Amino acid sequence: MAISRNLKALTLAYALLGIAALFVGALFGPLQALDHARIDTYPYLRMLLPFVKSYYMGLSLHGILNALIWTFSFTAGFLLFVTAKALKREYPRMWMPWLSFALMVVGLLCTAYALLTNQASVLYTFYPPLQGPPIFYFGLVLVVVSTWVVALSLISIYRAWRKEHPGERTPLPAFMSLATYVMWFIASLGVAAEVLVLILPWSLGWVQYTDPQLARTLFWYTGHPLVYFWLLPAYVAWYVILPKRVGGKLFSDPLARLVFLLFVLMSTPVGFHHQYTDPGVPAGWKAVHAVFTFLLFIPSMLTAFTVIASIEHGGRKRGGKGTFGWLRTLPWNDPVAVTMMLAGIGFMFGGIGGLVNASYNINLVVHNTSFIPGHFHLTVGTAVTLTFMGLTYWLWPQLTGRRIISDKLAVIQAWVWFVGVMIFARGMHWAGLMGFPRRVSMSAANYWLEEWNAPAMMTAVGGSIMYIGALLFFFIVVASFFTKRVTVDEEEYAFAEALSQADRAPALFERWSVWVGAAVVLILFAYGPYLLTYTYNFISPGFSGIW
Amino acid sequence: MHVHRYEQAWFYFTLGLLIVFFSAVMTAALAFGVNVPSPQGVVNPNDLSTTDFAEPGVRQLSDTVYEAYVVGRMWQWDPAEIRIPAGAHLKLYITSSDVQHGFKVMGTSLNIMVVPGQVSLATHTFDEPGEYLVICHEYCGIGHPQMSAKIIVEPVQEP
Repeated sequence: MAISRNLKALTLAYALLGIAALFVGALFGPLQALDHARIDTYPYLRMLLPFVKSYYMGLSLHGILNALIWTFSFTAGFLLFVTAKALKREYPRMWMPWLSFALMVVGLLCTAYALLTNQASVLYTFYPPLQGPPIFYFGLVLVVVSTWVVALSLISIYRAWRKEHPGERTPLPAFMSLATYVMWFIASLGVAAEVLVLILPWSLGWVQYTDPQLARTLFWYTGHPLVYFWLLPAYVAWYVILPKRVGGKLFSDPLARLVFLLFVLMSTPVGFHHQYTDPGVPAGWKAVHAVFTFLLFIPSMLTAFTVIASIEHGGRKRGGKGTFGWLRTLPWNDPVAVTMMLAGIGFMFGGIGGLVNASYNINLVVHNTSFIPGHFHLTVGTAVTLTFMGLTYWLWPQLTGRRIISDKLAVIQAWVWFVGVMIFARGMHWAGLMGFPRRVSMSAANYWLEEWNAPAMMTAVGGSIMYIGALLFFFIVVASFFTKRVTVDEEEYAFAEALSQADRAPALFERWSVWVGAAVVLILFAYGPYLLTYTYNFISPGFSGIW
Repeated sequence: MHVHRYEQAWFYFTLGLLIVFFSAVMTAALAFGVNVPSPQGVVNPNDLSTTDFAEPGVRQLSDTVYEAYVVGRMWQWDPAEIRIPAGAHLKLYITSSDVQHGFKVMGTSLNIMVVPGQVSLATHTFDEPGEYLVICHEYCGIGHPQMSAKIIVEPVQEP
């Protein structure tokens, strides 16, 4: 069954909204990278865009537009699309996903208004007692509610499908999409509580004081699984699209399901590993979360194995011989495959750095240094972003009936981004190990260490190259509206088949209540005793206009 | 469920790796005392005058043990300069009188969040004389990049 025009329009709308957010958010990227080398380019930006008041206004826009709006919008469009494609049916109530889109747009407009008027230069973590206007938080609430409506849409199509197919295994892409949003729904309750209970009444002036430590804990309850909400859609692409593009098969379908279920189970009880240096959390509970965080490394390592094995299978089927000969026969001229493979390479380094961040006392060396943004520009900034760029190239003919302007240019685009981020992240990690702080506008700082010279220069150069990669991407998207119409070969865009098939997965994998129940138990264990014994301290009035 | 033997081997390799890494980290924490902070009580940031933070500064507790009470406020550390002799074991109690800050001492593992309402405790033995740069590492407004201080470790004269 073909995808309906209506769903194609929605998917395209979501993708373009995300890309528009990235376009604005990415604009500040090279300025920040140059600022790390103490080159202040904001005066020049202000000639073009006089409303940009400060580095921190730019940084707030960069974080919220790129890390939240670009990822959430693109993910919603992509997973709504692949779920319908895999289940071969329509959404029972198409107004639901459209409602989610409307909520996202209104939420974005509210948030963007507060940001662009410099009323909410509180960065994407918006730590109280920094206080933005109510409309900023209201906008963020709508953005999160939008993701919940996407989740409900997925559940409704799944239930309709299940009625028609009792006892069958859910097709893998739909299973993964559902798992992603189930995980995210559980995870988003922390930040929902933070904003609705603590921050909004306080920002509205209904209560005078808030508890900044409690707000941090609730934020990071969501803040780490947020990482998996970014990543899992990229994993979906690596599991069911990439093997097909390289001419191979998915190594194991049941293992892929297990990986996603482990993320449902384990993504949330790990938030304290973002709070290792917090004064208000006992070391013992930090250690418990460290153990869970380490266990969470397992599904990502299993993904690395399955994805690489699937790619190797493709390379060998294309005639690759020997230990590494299969690498040469991969389709290095296919932008969809190249973006995703480069994204995967970036993610390997990101994963290793992540293990460092998770390592309890070793975190003291890197906490709030440039090591951290260096790390997450490899994960969300490359594993996810580069994959989504590739997905744009994969979706484009299916949504618009047009080819992208040039495969060759898209391959170059992917490499430019990849080379840029490799230099950028190398500089950021290196500087971070020597204490270089994140979130400091270095051109305004009253200190500097000589040993930061070389890595800061790498950061500036790499960040600028990344931006060229981003501009190429935007050019390809816009130019591809004007290409010749083509008929889409359904087979070319089919999902990868599996070597080890779905029917070998235990029936337990389809029992969502068991997995969600177990996830809730783990969360109660990881957070319950802490929240019961915590000394609540509502003492902070809001601080606004200090930026 | 069918699991290929290479997959199994990879799983056990991963598990082994994690166990080795985690043991190393915990050994450092428990045997060598490189640990992360724990709660030290709460204060009212709007009125620090009745607390130990009323007069920020350094106090000598014994021959080699010093304690310092430090207040972070937009956009400076109070005191902006801490002087101790080489070999001093310094216990730093830090809090904020306004927004969140972060206290990091370059060239050491001293790195701690400073959250209004909470008391942060970080300790370090400064054996090497010299000037240590202290910075604020959590965004605290437009003056954040200027929020630095120093710890001066003075060489001890042999009698």
